[in-house]
Amino acid sequence: MATLSTDLNYLQAKKGLFSWIFSVDHKRIGLLYLYSLMTFFLVGVTLGILMRLELLNPGKDLVEAKTYNQIFTLHGVIMIFLFIIPSIPAVFGNFFLPIMLGTDDVSFPRLNLLSWWIYIIGAIMALSTLLFGDGPADTGWTFYAPYSVKTGTNVTMSVLAAFVLGFSSILTGLNFIVTIHRLKTPGMTFLKMPLFAWALYATSWIQLLATPIIGITLMMIVAERFFGVGLFDPSIGGDPILYQHLFWIYSHPAVYIMALPAFGIISELLPTFSQRTIFGYKAIAFSSLAIAFVGYFIWGHHMFTSGMSGTGRFIFSILTFLVAIPTAIKVFNWVATLYKGSINVQTPLLYALAFIFQFMIGGFTGLVLGALATDIHLHDTYFVVGHFHYVMFGGTGFAFFGALHYWFPKMWGKMYNATVANIAFVILFIGFNTLYFPMLIAGLMGMPRRYYDYLPEFHLPNMISTFGSWILATGLLLMLGNLIYAYFNSKTKPGRNPWGGITLEWQTQSPPPVQNFDRMPVLPKDGPYDFEHKPTIKE
Amino acid sequence: MRTGASTFAEGVDLSLYIISGISIFFLVGITAVMIYFVFRYNKKRNPTASHIEGNNTIEVIWTVVPTMLVMVMFYYGWMGFKPMRNVPDNAMVIKAYGQMWKFSFEYPNGTITDTMVVPINQPVKLELISRDVLHSFFVPAFRIKEDLVPGKNNYMWFEANREGRYDVLCAEYCGQLHSYMLSSITVVPEVRYNEWLAVVSAKSDEHPGLAIMKKNACFTCHSQDGSKLIGPSFKGIYGKKEIVVTDGVEREITIDDAYISRSIKEPNADVVQGYMKGLMIPYGAVINDEQIADIVDYIKTLE
Ligand code: HEM
Ligand SMILES: [Cu+2]
Ligand SMILES: [Cu+2]
Repeated sequence: MATLSTDLNYLQAKKGLFSWIFSVDHKRIGLLYLYSLMTFFLVGVTLGILMRLELLNPGKDLVEAKTYNQIFTLHGVIMIFLFIIPSIPAVFGNFFLPIMLGTDDVSFPRLNLLSWWIYIIGAIMALSTLLFGDGPADTGWTFYAPYSVKTGTNVTMSVLAAFVLGFSSILTGLNFIVTIHRLKTPGMTFLKMPLFAWALYATSWIQLLATPIIGITLMMIVAERFFGVGLFDPSIGGDPILYQHLFWIYSHPAVYIMALPAFGIISELLPTFSQRTIFGYKAIAFSSLAIAFVGYFIWGHHMFTSGMSGTGRFIFSILTFLVAIPTAIKVFNWVATLYKGSINVQTPLLYALAFIFQFMIGGFTGLVLGALATDIHLHDTYFVVGHFHYVMFGGTGFAFFGALHYWFPKMWGKMYNATVANIAFVILFIGFNTLYFPMLIAGLMGMPRRYYDYLPEFHLPNMISTFGSWILATGLLLMLGNLIYAYFNSKTKPGRNPWGGITLEWQTQSPPPVQNFDRMPVLPKDGPYDFEHKPTIKE
Repeated sequence: MRTGASTFAEGVDLSLYIISGISIFFLVGITAVMIYFVFRYNKKRNPTASHIEGNNTIEVIWTVVPTMLVMVMFYYGWMGFKPMRNVPDNAMVIKAYGQMWKFSFEYPNGTITDTMVVPINQPVKLELISRDVLHSFFVPAFRIKEDLVPGKNNYMWFEANREGRYDVLCAEYCGQLHSYMLSSITVVPEVRYNEWLAVVSAKSDEHPGLAIMKKNACFTCHSQDGSKLIGPSFKGIYGKKEIVVTDGVEREITIDDAYISRSIKEPNADVVQGYMKGLMIPYGAVINDEQIADIVDYIKTLE
């Protein structure tokens, strides 16, 4: 009888809603995050599509100006705080970090559950502005003062939501740091850790150290609105620029909370589908730390037009260029990992390749924005909107989808239809670029962002972009439909290791048992990507 | 991108071309290599992988080369930007005011206009003043942009070198009608500029109350014809009874001199039912009691 519990995998072990929402199993918590996060993502996408519809033609197409402003604010808040910041760490980090380290859970499983609950409370608060109070905030997700202090919309609730969500992020970060330090399986040192774990390690430090700053800053907005303290509103003696500094001291590093975990995913996908060791393991691992560190000192590049001194602009610009270097190093190492590999082109690899392409566009447009002369022209235009969608959606979003296709067989023990997945990928790729590339052009032409209406000369790029949003939506639906169909109907048993992966999660059953491993995991001889001495895995 | 029309355009466009040139070269190059590898080392062609762990020489190369290239990019960006902060001594000074959702310009002789006309090849310095929230003065054709920050006096300057009419857009989100916060700069030869200035500066026989209201852009939010904008219309309001919300409580008032004066000085004290609080700024500091009397006098004429 004692063996019975290990025969059940983590999905079967217990039944019922409560066995999920009060589970302390990191795998179940990962899935809780996945389901909630995808729901909010779809809400965010719907708002995005609505915005694109409104911008199809100049003039009013659909909604009033104020409604449009509330839509882009809510879209931004949802996408940033509910989707992209938690995304890869909360879903795949939770599910796979302990398994990849060869252990049975994170260090603090209850704290882990708490952080999901905090996330849900924060999400409900953010969405409650749709139903209660004076409507969702209309400030943009940046909540710039003094407008955010003056407007009559429900800024307070949105800001409190972001504050609460911050705690969820901090707790996850803390949990991962301790887990990585203390729970690695015997024989696994820091330099034998998979690169995904490295990426999460660097990310977690940013979450832990930077998030409190945004928490305090947002509380200052609330204090200003209720008590008129005079922090940011110049009419009562405050300084709006102070707000911008405080906001970006967090929000620039937050960009790396979004990007580093995606780098980790790509560093896993490439070796697996090339069946060879990663090129430059140390370069990739340490460049994550370098990015996390330098990323703290460049927030001023969001403020090049707010009246900063020439010296200030000089320093922030040059530091911004420095952070590009470790990022470039990563890209070169990834491409080199394909060299002389034995490449198996599967859906997850396609997402990884699209990631590299789109992330490069995001990075190069970032260089354009980091240079002073060009930023003066392009700051706060659609060029910026194009740039950050290339980074966050074309980069991190695509890495997220790649990870979803990569680990789908492991998480559910089923397999999706690869042909449909590839078709969905192609549609998504075309849709994405048709949607966002024209935004770069509109920005170069001089169209400001957060624009409900625009001059007729900006019509063409906007029209193309809106067409792109329809293609993208089609691709997304097909991709998700294919996965959901497989979840319910697939009869294919992928086995333990469908892709020939080498990290430890491929040594256990699909789906994994509650305790993660049914037999002791074996580390490859020379580091985590030693495909030359890949341990043989019996079913 | 539109052809530049100021002396900065050349420097900005040059850095744009250099950065995008290098970027496109690498984007295309890396993508091509990547796709080539995927075909060349496909598992059908290359069934066994070689396990290359890295190469220090090549790591050094692809650290040093990008470092040099980004420094080149930084340099051109800085050189294109530097002149934007050095205002020539002979610049003509114009004050540019921003408030929800209108720009206005004050010329050295005190004349106030909605759109700008400037002489060609004449440096112009703008003193940027916001009356309420953040705005940003953006002229795509001149490649310039700088924020109007309330409580802080930012500045910018330009020298237009091509005749024509150029759009001015507000580039920092400032609320409901942000996308309608537009103006223009018309660049003309010096003689035409002087003629224009003489015409706009001539004393008009406008009602003094109307002039003050135009100057303060009251009509962006309040109509004179009864239509509802952001705030209530001025048409026929004098002497009317109105429900207002004071500290969350509704009460009825009659619109008289005292009420109008209070609405100008403390607009958020009583808010007419159905309108949003917090959108109008207090004007006590810019409009004095004498001027308020003129405004009241003018509102009485709107029956
Ligand atoms: C179907 C997908 C999407 C569409 C059609 C879309 C469209 C848009 C558009 C048109 C804007 C500009 C609003 C404006 O400046 O007027 C915008 C803003 C934004 N988007 Fe998206 N987007 C999509 C997905 C995403 C994703 C996946 C993310 C993040 C991961 C994201 C993050 C943001 C953010 C942060 C803003 C800025 C909001 C603000 O200005 O306050 N979007 N989006
Ligand atoms: Cu930044
Ligand atoms: Cu404005």
